[in-house]
Amino acid sequence: MDWFDTISRTFLDFDAMLQVLPQLLGTGLKNTLIISFAATVIGVIVGMIVAVMGVSTSKWLRVPARIYTDIFRGLPAILTILLIGQGFARISQEIFGPSPYPLGILAVSLISSAYIGEIFRSGIQSVDRGQLEACRALGMSYGKAMRLVVIPQGIRRVLPALVNQFISNVKDSSLVYFLGLLVSERELFRVGQDAAVLSGNLSPLVAAGICYLIITVPLTHLVNYFDNRFRTGRRKPTPPRSGLDEVDELDPTIIHPQEATR
Amino acid sequence: MSATNATSTPLDVQQFRGSRLELLDLTLAYGPIDVVKNVDFTVAPGTTTCVIGPSGSGKSTLLRGLNRLHEPKSGDVLLETESTLTVKPDELRRRIGLVFQHFNLFPDHTALENVALSLRHVKKMSSAQAKELAHRRLAEVGLAERSDHRPRDLSGGQQQRVAIARALAMEPEVMLFDEVTSALDPELVKGVLNLMADLGKRGMTMVVVTHEMNFARRVADQVVFMDEGRVVEAGPPAELFDNPQSPRLQRFLSEVL
Repeated sequence: MDWFDTISRTFLDFDAMLQVLPQLLGTGLKNTLIISFAATVIGVIVGMIVAVMGVSTSKWLRVPARIYTDIFRGLPAILTILLIGQGFARISQEIFGPSPYPLGILAVSLISSAYIGEIFRSGIQSVDRGQLEACRALGMSYGKAMRLVVIPQGIRRVLPALVNQFISNVKDSSLVYFLGLLVSERELFRVGQDAAVLSGNLSPLVAAGICYLIITVPLTHLVNYFDNRFRTGRRKPTPPRSGLDEVDELDPTIIHPQEATR
Repeated sequence: MSATNATSTPLDVQQFRGSRLELLDLTLAYGPIDVVKNVDFTVAPGTTTCVIGPSGSGKSTLLRGLNRLHEPKSGDVLLETESTLTVKPDELRRRIGLVFQHFNLFPDHTALENVALSLRHVKKMSSAQAKELAHRRLAEVGLAERSDHRPRDLSGGQQQRVAIARALAMEPEVMLFDEVTSALDPELVKGVLNLMADLGKRGMTMVVVTHEMNFARRVADQVVFMDEGRVVEAGPPAELFDNPQSPRLQRFLSEVL
């Protein structure tokens, strides 16, 4: 069972895992969650702007939104992160100080905003055109109709996709290590990698991987659960009722007693 | 459907003050193609005009031209004496209500919220005021008991009545109905038609695109027959239905009656 020993020493060195665990949870997990949350929040805000521009009737709004989406969705994440993290380092230094952390968040945000923009756009466009028409027919402006009726419906439909994007951000946040983080700013992957160098095996990285899975797997299943709920909807259970009963509803003698007593 | 079952006016229900509507040489186009061509007719205040005709004759587009959901290519529509082209579209649509074939209710709002939404955000009423008025409007269409139901928990007929209540709540001067019973189960059609007949009796000016010939005959003050974007024949229902002049209308009636 030689190969079994090799494998378990490489991947399942529990001592090494236990040793790195405090750092993984205290530093790595914290930073991974900060980066992914911040990137998702910024991504949602920018993505919403991009999506609203994308469904606009004006070419001057639609085309820039398209270009933005094409660029940040089309580039490999690592390239965007490096270009932004190193390209804007000097400007960032004046604003945020020497840490590349904010730029890392910004880069992941831009990438996710392109995806989230598409998610929102497809959600908004999946809303029946009759909804907008109904709003307009009631005298609402385009903006009000979008804000009050169309966009909320679109968002509700894409909530599962948004959670998926958050999961994506959790994984992409690992790429920020390329920018060279301070010790206290290391996220899960970097913590695991540093520890792996010391322990001489991959077990700390396996521990980091388990941390990722602890975040992502429950979320994936939560998404599926909600996806089902959103798709099938929750209905009030009602007994079967004959359409013939409805005829009485408009009988003037039955119509709403409170109106008659007024 | 018999001609004897018109709903009598419920007690205490407000009378409407419908406005006059006049179409002047109205033309509407999709791109280069004119789908409504040089239409002229007048709807007297408080009367009902039914627009009939085969599918593709431009009836629905015509309705959308009246409240400028579809901008006219040429011609004009007068509301009383005012050109609708000089009124801001959002303002105009508050004065000319439209009810759709597929209801277009807001699915994630209750019946009450469907009616109250535009009262709050277009008429700028307080939440309490809007709800109170919405409740009254729903009661008028026989749905007081169902104000907290969402559209999917209502039948098609009930949904359409919510849609009518929603349009009425804006206190329009004219109501447009776009084949509002076409998507309904047969037994639910009558309730909606009776409600519309009732609105007409209470003084609402209405333009009704419909395939319900009995309704047109019973309720309309004027019937307009359109084909291929033009008004082929117009007049009182008795005249049109009993003595159609044009071969097109004769053929249409022979197909639908």
